[in-house]
Amino acid sequence: MEFYAEPIKRSERIPRLVSALFEKMPQIEADRAVLLTESYKQTEGEPIITRRAKAFYHILENIPIVIRDDELIVGSATKAPRGCQVFPEYSFEWLEAEFDTVEHRSADPFYISEECKETLRQVYKYWKGKTTSELASEYMTKETRAAIEHNIFTPGNYFYNGIGHITVDYPKVLRVGYKGIIKEAEDALSGLSCGDADYAKRSHFLNAVILSCKAAIMYAKRYSALAAKLAKNTADPVRKRELENISRICESVPENGAEGFYEACQSFWFVQMLLQMESSGHSISPGRFDQYMYPYYRKDIDSGRLTREQAQELMDCVWVKLNDLNKCRDAVSAEGFAGYSLFQNLIAGGQTGEGLDATNDLSFMSITATEHVFLPQPSFSVRIWNGTPHEFMIRAAELTRTGIGFPAYYNDEVIIPALLSRGLTIEDARDYNIIGCVEPQKAAKTDGWHDAAFFNMCRPLEMVFSGGMDGGVRIGPDTGDVSNIKTFEEFKAAYKTQMDYFLSLLVNADNAIDLAHAERCPLPFESSMVDDCIGCGKSVQEGGAVYNFTGPQGFGVANIADSFYAVKKLVFDERKYTLSFIKEALENNYGEEMDGAMAEKLTVKVAEKIADAGKELNDDDIRAIYETIRENRATEDKKRKYKQLLEDINSVVKFGNDDDEVDALAREMAYTYTRPLQNFRNPRGGIFQAGLYPVSANVPLGAQTGATPDGRLAYTPVADGVSPSAGRDIKGPTAAANSVSKLDHFIASNGTLFNMKFHPSALEGRSGLESFAALVRGYFDRKGSHMQFNVVSRETLRDAQKHPEKYRSLVVRVAGYSALFTTLSRSLQEDIINRTEQNSL
Amino acid sequence: MEALLDVKGRIFNIQRFSIHDGPGIRTIVFLKGCPLRCRWCCNPESQEWAVQKIVTAGVVKDVGRDITVGEVMEEVGRDRVYYQRSGGGMTLSGGECTAQPDFTEALLKSAKFSGINTAIETAGYADTGIFERILPFIDTVLMDIKHMDGVKHREFTSRDNALILENAVYISKNAKNLIIRTPVIPTFNDTETEIGEIADFVSSLGTVKAMHLLPYHRIGSDKYAGLGRQYTMEHIKVPEKDKMNALLEIVNKRGLKGQIGG
Repeated sequence: MEFYAEPIKRSERIPRLVSALFEKMPQIEADRAVLLTESYKQTEGEPIITRRAKAFYHILENIPIVIRDDELIVGSATKAPRGCQVFPEYSFEWLEAEFDTVEHRSADPFYISEECKETLRQVYKYWKGKTTSELASEYMTKETRAAIEHNIFTPGNYFYNGIGHITVDYPKVLRVGYKGIIKEAEDALSGLSCGDADYAKRSHFLNAVILSCKAAIMYAKRYSALAAKLAKNTADPVRKRELENISRICESVPENGAEGFYEACQSFWFVQMLLQMESSGHSISPGRFDQYMYPYYRKDIDSGRLTREQAQELMDCVWVKLNDLNKCRDAVSAEGFAGYSLFQNLIAGGQTGEGLDATNDLSFMSITATEHVFLPQPSFSVRIWNGTPHEFMIRAAELTRTGIGFPAYYNDEVIIPALLSRGLTIEDARDYNIIGCVEPQKAAKTDGWHDAAFFNMCRPLEMVFSGGMDGGVRIGPDTGDVSNIKTFEEFKAAYKTQMDYFLSLLVNADNAIDLAHAERCPLPFESSMVDDCIGCGKSVQEGGAVYNFTGPQGFGVANIADSFYAVKKLVFDERKYTLSFIKEALENNYGEEMDGAMAEKLTVKVAEKIADAGKELNDDDIRAIYETIRENRATEDKKRKYKQLLEDINSVVKFGNDDDEVDALAREMAYTYTRPLQNFRNPRGGIFQAGLYPVSANVPLGAQTGATPDGRLAYTPVADGVSPSAGRDIKGPTAAANSVSKLDHFIASNGTLFNMKFHPSALEGRSGLESFAALVRGYFDRKGSHMQFNVVSRETLRDAQKHPEKYRSLVVRVAGYSALFTTLSRSLQEDIINRTEQNSL
Repeated sequence: MEALLDVKGRIFNIQRFSIHDGPGIRTIVFLKGCPLRCRWCCNPESQEWAVQKIVTAGVVKDVGRDITVGEVMEEVGRDRVYYQRSGGGMTLSGGECTAQPDFTEALLKSAKFSGINTAIETAGYADTGIFERILPFIDTVLMDIKHMDGVKHREFTSRDNALILENAVYISKNAKNLIIRTPVIPTFNDTETEIGEIADFVSSLGTVKAMHLLPYHRIGSDKYAGLGRQYTMEHIKVPEKDKMNALLEIVNKRGLKGQIGG
């Protein structure tokens, strides 16, 4: 493959597009919800797949369309830039409840007009009892619902929203257009016999696919007409020609195959945005853009139809458009996915299906586009393997040095074998891309359900200390009084008992939600671009994809490893403390004072316990409990003992320092999550596979977790991903990387996430870039799977907290994605600042 | 090999992921004890041979521990992949590694046996015979030349420079790769004449290609108080960028590849 490492200059159009996009706060628009509901009311009683297709057509036929100033790539889901539509078919109560707060909440606020609220209130009347979340809830056992209520895990993502998390067959649309897909579906239809046992289901599905593809074609033609109309009214001859060109292109794609690079970019964009009009699922990932766009680029460059500069500008425009889409989540989820992020992961480099290096000119231009646009979307990633050109690695390191938090680095040498172990063919495994944060899969063949839940590995440990009780309620199995545990092996066994139990509930939750989506929200448009839905006549949601997985994430590995190691050392090896004393210290948060919010939580717990014991409590009693907790009821003598314990815990070596003993324990404890999971199956015929990453949920979910034996105080963040606990790794980046590489990254085939924060000085000059590249290469040699970096000084972040207005464009790496720092909640900001800063020594 | 790994020495720190001391990602082993007493020394805890107490952030800690070559190599070997990817390796620093010749020789031999790139940082104040012993196992020597005037050298470092300059000649003839480093210390050697004299000497050695100027910094100043000692360089200001560039120019003029910082 041919490539040029030299970046192309940014066109003046790009900063104009970017600033127009960020002029106003994003807002909620009701059009889609209104049109969806109109259609649903007209199709009562029809098969659900037909209703979905008709509703999709009705929406695309009537939703307002706009072409924004300066745009070369067109198609907007909302009138206002970065606006979001509403998807009541998944859930709606949360938004109705947040109508008056959503504009002022700390994470991802949205403006909503009074008129829009009123419209939505009317619409919502129809949806009571009809949503996926209501059905999912019905399907769950009561034990599962209790575990969710008590924050053991949260399946909130798909419980409230669409699934998303897919990479569809973009190359097919570029090649044959929707016309070609319609033909494929028609051919499949004509191959059916009405005497087939599944004829009704298949034929309705295929007709739904055809109608959905027609909807996309019709929608593009609306843009063609709008562009022609605008061209007529435009005096500026340059813009007039641009609009005429847009009109011509939208008339042709995505109906037909793309003629050249411009058509391919526009066609790509219609696919990308319409997927997010059909469903509210996020992490719809463009995947290997540099691969499937390359033939069109090459052809145009070779024929002289396009210059590299023009191609770069078009790519930059696509990058900008990826930021025009938005999604409003409930307040709690917004904390967990903070930063208005849609996780549209786009990946460059890696290998071809045949195992040759795939890096090309567009791989480099993708890095340049990310520099030019400098926004959180797309979530930009690179694939690294032993044959990756060094200049590509260094160019990627240059992007890292800008501090944008991109790219995330992925290791082919781990991910390809991991996918093979899950049954992918070697060609498919080599052609993987990343979904959302860190989840690998083969595009256009996989329904990975990659973000199925967050499982807080610290909570089952709390259940070991409480014997399965939480707030006076039985939540987990009774593993007995912790003071009766005599050996470290028994202690681990009690944890495994708790884990196994909660994992089965997690599976129950996910499968209940899975079924609800299949029954209430199958997606014919998405299914038209995923193999082998047309062939087997089933939607993705009903198991139509070739590969099916469910991937829930565990987090807190470092806390668990450190907790078990501290207990092993202090209780069982040195016999300095008893488990019952540790239990007491944890309940008292090591004698530390609690802030108001923490004290409130504990007050509720205590009050519940007393109430459960049958005692009446009045407001004064509760206030008294609160005051005692606030001051910490422990005596000075006790406090001193707790403090001593905390000091002893802190002096036990922690995960992240390349200590073989504690690292081996981390590997073992991670298995308590990853191993049992792979034995479960989902309703789409696939298996569960674990991921180890938290998005940003380690902060809000940590806020629901009491003190842990690793010295972590109550309600503070849990460790993110597979990274060491914040501030616990003190031997530098290579030691931290070595520790993390000692986990089994192959079994966590839904992805692992390793965060490292660098001060910019560590990447200074060519030698800084070389050392950085060597660090990534070294971690990958040791079979780590993923690595990402924040390159920003602590002072900068502190200043950004004080003067957010000066730092509107400051992008930081949050978890599997980057976000604007100033849009994050205060607590998440603190967590990012406190992650260990690996300075150059 | 067994015996080599059992050799004991005294160190006060092992620092991984060092990217500013020699090529690539390196692990630095800081040996304890130094024959010099440079006033600006940023590792004052390295000077005494004896294990000392130091107070940092209110906590008393021991500086210095005895360790076998095997134990050091266990730690050094942990970053092998990063050395391979970056061209890095192990650097012996101090203190002064040549003050513990048996330990140093054993460390260097073991590293080479394991295929690890080696470097030493030395002030050069040792019997020439010691360099004769260790040079075959060293890939890069980073050697300080602090001043050409013996009297001033003695005043600021407690030792004369004659032996150092003699060793510089020996090392320049026998080392695979020699880099000369000069700390630029205001009031001591920061004039164009003084740096020029050093550069003249370095260039006369014939085999040295690179000379690094290390601007004075005060990162280690707090440690003096922690050791109960007085920091006598309190009034010294960090050299300005323009000044450093002017000195760099002088080095480059001698046909040496000058560089500011390690």
